[in-house]
Amino acid sequence: MGLHGGQFTTMRIPVETFVLDNGLFVTLSEDHTAPIVAVNLWYHVGSANEKTGRTGFAHLFEHMLFQGSAHVGSNEHFELIQRAGGTLNGSTWLERTNYFETVPSNELALALWLEADRMGELLPAMSQEKLDTQRDVVKNERRWSVDNQPYGTMLEKMQELVFPPSHPFHHSLIGSMEDLSASSLDDIGQFFSTYYTPDNAVLSIAGDFDPREARRMVGEYFSPIPRGKGKPPLPPMTLPPAFGQRLREVVYDNVSLPRLFLAFRSPVFGSEEYYAASVAGAVLGMRKGSRLQRSLVRDRQVAADAGAFTFDLAKGSDLLVVDVTARPEIPVPQLEEEVEREINLFYRDGVTPAEVTRAIALIETDLLTSLQSAGERADRLSMFATFFKQPDLINQQVGRYRAVTADRVNALISKRFGEDNRASLLYVPREEVESEAALAVAAGTG
Amino acid sequence: MVATLRPVAGPARRYHFPEFHQEMLPGGIRLVTAPVTKLPIATVLVIVDAGSENDPPGKEGVAALTAAALLEGGEEMDGAAIAERFEQLGTSVESGADWDSAFIKITTLSDRLDAATTLLGETISRPAFPEREVERLRAERLAEIMQLETEPRGLADEKFSEFLYSSDSRYSKPDEGTSDSVGALSRRDVAEFYAARYRSGATTVVVAGDVSIEGARDLVARAFQSWHPGTPAGPRLVTGARSRGRTLHIVNKVDAPQSELRVGHVGLPRKNPDFFPVLVMNAVLGGLFGSRINLNLREAHGYTYGASSYFDWRRGRGPFVVSTAVQTEVTAPALREILYEIDRIRGEHIADSELSLARDYLEGVFPIRYETTAAIASALATLVVYGLPDDYYESYRRNVHAVSVEDVLKAARDHLHLDQLQTVVVGDARIIEQTVADLKLGDQLVHGS
Repeated sequence: MGLHGGQFTTMRIPVETFVLDNGLFVTLSEDHTAPIVAVNLWYHVGSANEKTGRTGFAHLFEHMLFQGSAHVGSNEHFELIQRAGGTLNGSTWLERTNYFETVPSNELALALWLEADRMGELLPAMSQEKLDTQRDVVKNERRWSVDNQPYGTMLEKMQELVFPPSHPFHHSLIGSMEDLSASSLDDIGQFFSTYYTPDNAVLSIAGDFDPREARRMVGEYFSPIPRGKGKPPLPPMTLPPAFGQRLREVVYDNVSLPRLFLAFRSPVFGSEEYYAASVAGAVLGMRKGSRLQRSLVRDRQVAADAGAFTFDLAKGSDLLVVDVTARPEIPVPQLEEEVEREINLFYRDGVTPAEVTRAIALIETDLLTSLQSAGERADRLSMFATFFKQPDLINQQVGRYRAVTADRVNALISKRFGEDNRASLLYVPREEVESEAALAVAAGTG
Repeated sequence: MVATLRPVAGPARRYHFPEFHQEMLPGGIRLVTAPVTKLPIATVLVIVDAGSENDPPGKEGVAALTAAALLEGGEEMDGAAIAERFEQLGTSVESGADWDSAFIKITTLSDRLDAATTLLGETISRPAFPEREVERLRAERLAEIMQLETEPRGLADEKFSEFLYSSDSRYSKPDEGTSDSVGALSRRDVAEFYAARYRSGATTVVVAGDVSIEGARDLVARAFQSWHPGTPAGPRLVTGARSRGRTLHIVNKVDAPQSELRVGHVGLPRKNPDFFPVLVMNAVLGGLFGSRINLNLREAHGYTYGASSYFDWRRGRGPFVVSTAVQTEVTAPALREILYEIDRIRGEHIADSELSLARDYLEGVFPIRYETTAAIASALATLVVYGLPDDYYESYRRNVHAVSVEDVLKAARDHLHLDQLQTVVVGDARIIEQTVADLKLGDQLVHGS
């Protein structure tokens, strides 16, 4: 079965679903255009599940999953997949961790077997030495991507600013150096038996495979793995639709240009309102024809760059973030005022139908473009299966976006873009601290 | 409990790189079409021999600025209107220049391909380069250059090129120019560069995706009917090294938590007879996750999040470089391990298992690289830019497979030069200076950032 359906409106990605007795949720999506197949596992665990004093552990644990399992040596997972001519990696986010391989289709069994071996029997391969090395690797990842990178602290500072301290999204994903140092082999054992269980995972296979054969292999490799004993529930994640007050933090940092991240609490990923929020974000910041690009970059020339994005959080509430970098000659207060004025206009006047059409057309092309890759298809199937138990939502995205009207976007804007739902995270070059402009900013920090 | 026996692979299904058709259009443009009908989507990639290597001395950055300014409007529409029209079609245009060519690229749903390609042809055939927009793009470029000062990775790359190549080599300065050269560019420079280089004899249009050969021919011929005839002369490539012996440059960053390291020398041009042995050799040295350098620095020592080596392939002799970022305290031991690995691969045959890892990976991953219309278009553009044979992709895996351990050793001895290594460290000089002294990395120079 190919994917070609003539018009995109009729195009459907085939989706088959089944569940093993141990609770592993499996989705299959065939496409025989090239002899390659993607295997993708989502574990429904992320930094949100970390306990106090162990920030960064979910991500450190992800590194440990490449350190071998009962029948696989240290780093052998990487070697075997690359030897097979495949690509692979893993990533950790606030509410999930994923592992993925794309391999030549005759190597599907290898990829499944490797994933099953580490889901079933990781612990025999764990050692203090491996943990110590990966802890050093992760600390260097933190130095590289957060501490020694301009604006690299944005994610953790933003989480701290917009989520209350008791909320599971409040703390750092990469973790603090102290907490990374404190992690032990006991933590590895506990985390593994609690979260890395078949009933807390989704397995997706996309590409060139025979479905009967794939079902057989999945059954053979994954069925023997016992179901987990359940995981502790997350604390309540639901939050009011707005912050309730203006939030603001100024970071004096080793950066060259001032940059403002302005966040809005927004409807949770996958909800009806989410699609309106996503379109609102695209109207504001997607590509050159967007509001902020046209106004702040092109017309007024106060910004070197401008954009907007959503975090796509599926629990409690999402976050929509506007991101504007000042031109060198623009003082910090002016950057804030200019962005504020654009958002006020957006809040007051809303969007036009033409802006909505533009945004949806771009989103649609991006969706289709990304579905060309087997790995992307598998990852999205896993995502929709993990969060909603409905992998077929992958086929409903275009329809959901097309159903968004200017009226719906405007309703969303009036609920979510008011003064009481704005959080500014402002980066100011450290050298400017002495200057008058920055002092004025500092005085305004609340 | 899980099956203990590793599965054995079944027979591989055959794979062929998508078939493509090449022709010269009546106006002199070369057209390459690859019909791929997996999804109703297509990519149009215009390649012009107008890359940064063509920047005249003192005008470094003009190629990049010209490519960016192409979309800023003509007589009928301004830049904002053009962006709006493309985006209403669900298409975004990207344009830019790398060392070897300028490119303009769109990816669009196939039912909008006609409209989007027509708009593309009109836009880039008659750009007006409005003063205000060129000035804006220039200022944005200057802002990017300024940002480099606080961005250690980009700064290390830039400094490495500067210290590697002789000052008369275009490669010694960033492809997008320096603050001095960009600061001096004008609208007139852009218009002149465009008039000189954006000509049919220097232009290739690649169409990949849901389109027929005839359809692409009609569409591109129509969309580019006002394209400019003629063939500009090729650039004069100067790629000499700045220094004959080893040199160590420390770019001081007080209190930097990590040192960004670049170690290497002037490498090889893309089109060279040893390409495949060098490709496999570098995969073993630092190209793969399981390469010697990454396993040593990351997995054995935990010095870094990642370390790699690569030959930066260009028409001229681009750099060979080992690149990593390590915790400040281990800067010297990390450099020692890098030197050790370069020396080791020149010293003796690699193991058969290393050869097979590299070969099997490069052969196997080949089909995974060409899943998207954009990737296919870009692969076809590579053929044109470097003058590679038409059967390059069809014979790629065969050529990789033919590389032996002897070939790898010879490639390492011929093309890795320990005596010419240039080392750049962007980090805290106070801590680094003393510890690296006994590594014999050559004359040691400390620079303010």
